[in-house]
Amino acid sequence: MLMEHFNLALVDWSRAQFALTALYHWLFVPLTLGTSFILAIMETIYVKTGKDIWKRITKFWMTLFAINFAIGVATGIILEFEFGTNWSNYSWFVGDIFGAPLAIEGIMAFFMESTFFAVMFFGWNKVSKGFHLTSTWLVAIGSNLSALWILVANAWMQNPVGMHFNPETARNEMVNFWAILFSSTAVNKFLHTISSAYVMSAIFVLGVSAWYLLKKRNQALAKRSMIVASTFGLIMSVFMVITGDESAREVYKVQPMKFASMEGLYYGQSNAPLVAIGVFDRTPSPDNPKTKEWAAKIEIPNLLSYMATMNPHTFIPGIHDLVHGNDAHGIISYYDRIKMGKLAIAALKEFQLAKKAANDSAASTALKTFETNYKYFGYGYYNDPHKLIPDVPLVFYSFHTMVGLGMLFVLIFLLTLIYGVRGKLPKKRWMLYIALWAIPFAYLAQETGWMVAEFGRQPWVVQDYMPTLSAVSNINQTSVMITFFLFGVVFTVLLIAEIKIMLKQIKQLKDGGQK
Amino acid sequence: MTKLVKKVFYFYYDGFRSMTVGRRLWLIILIKLFIIFAIFKLFFFPDFLKTHFKTDKERSNYVIEQLTK
Repeated sequence: MLMEHFNLALVDWSRAQFALTALYHWLFVPLTLGTSFILAIMETIYVKTGKDIWKRITKFWMTLFAINFAIGVATGIILEFEFGTNWSNYSWFVGDIFGAPLAIEGIMAFFMESTFFAVMFFGWNKVSKGFHLTSTWLVAIGSNLSALWILVANAWMQNPVGMHFNPETARNEMVNFWAILFSSTAVNKFLHTISSAYVMSAIFVLGVSAWYLLKKRNQALAKRSMIVASTFGLIMSVFMVITGDESAREVYKVQPMKFASMEGLYYGQSNAPLVAIGVFDRTPSPDNPKTKEWAAKIEIPNLLSYMATMNPHTFIPGIHDLVHGNDAHGIISYYDRIKMGKLAIAALKEFQLAKKAANDSAASTALKTFETNYKYFGYGYYNDPHKLIPDVPLVFYSFHTMVGLGMLFVLIFLLTLIYGVRGKLPKKRWMLYIALWAIPFAYLAQETGWMVAEFGRQPWVVQDYMPTLSAVSNINQTSVMITFFLFGVVFTVLLIAEIKIMLKQIKQLKDGGQK
Repeated sequence: MTKLVKKVFYFYYDGFRSMTVGRRLWLIILIKLFIIFAIFKLFFFPDFLKTHFKTDKERSNYVIEQLTK
C-alpha cells in the first residue's frame, strides 16, 4: 500500500483535531501538576509555623487550583474517544501497550485524587492538621503519578520497546512492562515534562503575586507567595534544564531525524555547531538540495556535537545523511529502509494468505522475511523518503522558543528570589511587570514543548513502525471536520470561563494582609 | 460502622453546602461532562472497530487488510 492510497485530507483533519484537543488539554494540566506541589509546600509552612497567614495563602491558591482543575478535568477523555473513533488502526496496533498504562492512570487518578481532593477542600477544621497536610501532599503525588502513565504511553510511541508484534492479530503485545516503564525515553520525558509544569506553575504564582504588589494589595500574601514560587521555580527550572539536556541526548539516539530538525541541521558534520538563534531563508528540497537554508544565524561552535554525545568532535548526521545514508558513519538510508519496509508489509500479507490456505511452509518463509524487515515496517508506506521529514522550520522555531523561554525563567526566578529575600520586590516595579507578563510566555513554552515532541516525530505515530497516515480510521471526513469545530468552540468557552472565574477570584481577594 | 458512614456523609454534605465558588465550578463540570459523554461520545465518537465488527478476529483481519492492502 502506498501513501497515495490514503485519504490525506482525512489524515490532516484527524491530526488537526487531535492537536487541537491535546493543545487545549495541555493548557490546564501543567498548572494542576505544579500548583498541587506549591500548595503542599505552603501548607507545610503553615503546619510548621502555625501562622494564620500561611493558611490564608494556602486556601487562596487552593481556590485557583480548584478552578483550573474543575475546568480542565475530563478534557483528556476526549483524546481517548478520538483513539477509538479516528485512530482505530493505531488503537488496535498498539494494543495492550497503550491500554495498560492508561488503565492504571484511570484507577490511580480516580482513587487518589477523588478521595484526597475532598479532604483537601472540605477538611479544613474537620480533620487534624497533619491529616489535612498529608491529603494535600497525596493529591500532589497522585496527580503527578497520573501524568506518569500518560507520559509512559507517549514515550513508548517515540521509542517502542518491551513489546512483540503478533503478525496473526496485528497487535503489539507487552513482553516487558519494566522495559516500557523505565525506558530512558519514558524516564526523561516524565522528568522533563513535570519539571516544566512546575516551572509554569511557579511563574503563574509569581505573576499573580506580582500583580498584587503592583496594585499594593494583599502584599503579605504576595511577598510570601513569591518567595515560595521563586525558590521552588529556581530549583525546578535548573532541574528542567538538566532533564532537557538529557532528553536531547535521548532524542539524538532514538529519533535522529527529530534531532536534526530541532537544530535545522540539513548536512551532517563533525564538530557540529549549535544554532543559538536562527532564521530560515529556504529549506532544501529534492529539486533544490543546495539552497541556502539560513537568512541569519548565530552559532556556538562544537556545542551540538557535545550536547548530543558529550564529545565536541562527534559527527552529527543531518537530514540529508538520514535520507541518503552515510556509509562512513553506518547510517542506513531512508531509501533502503523503504525497501525493507515494503518487504515487511508484503510478507505480512503473504503470511496471512498462507495461514488461511493452511500452507505452513509458505507461512514460515513469509514470517521469516517479515521478522527480518519488521524494524522498518512503517517506511514501506512511502515511495519518496522526503515525505519522512517533519516540518523543519516549525520544529526548529518551537524548540528554540521553548529553550529560550526556559533560560529566561531561570533568570526571572533568580532575580525575584534575590529581591524577595532582601525585601526589595515591591520597589522593583520593572521586575514585577516582567513576572506578570511571564505568565502567557510560560504557557507558550509549554505548548511549544509539546509541538517539538509531537510535530518533531512526524510522520510517525509509532516511531518507525506506524506512520500517522496508516493509523487513521476509514471514517467520514465531514464528521471529523464538524467535531474539530465543535471542540474548538467548547474548549474556547472553557478557557474563557477559566480566565474569567480566576480573574474574579484574584481581584476580590481581601484577606491577604499588607505586612 | 453506621456512625462512620454518617460522618463521611456529613463531611461531604457540609462541604458541598458551604461551597461558594465551588457551586459554579460544579455546574461547569456537570455541563461539560454532559457535553462530553452524552453528546460527543454518543453522537460523534462511536468506537470504530467495536461498532463495525463483532469479534476480535474480524477486527484483526480488518486492520491487517488496512495495513497491507
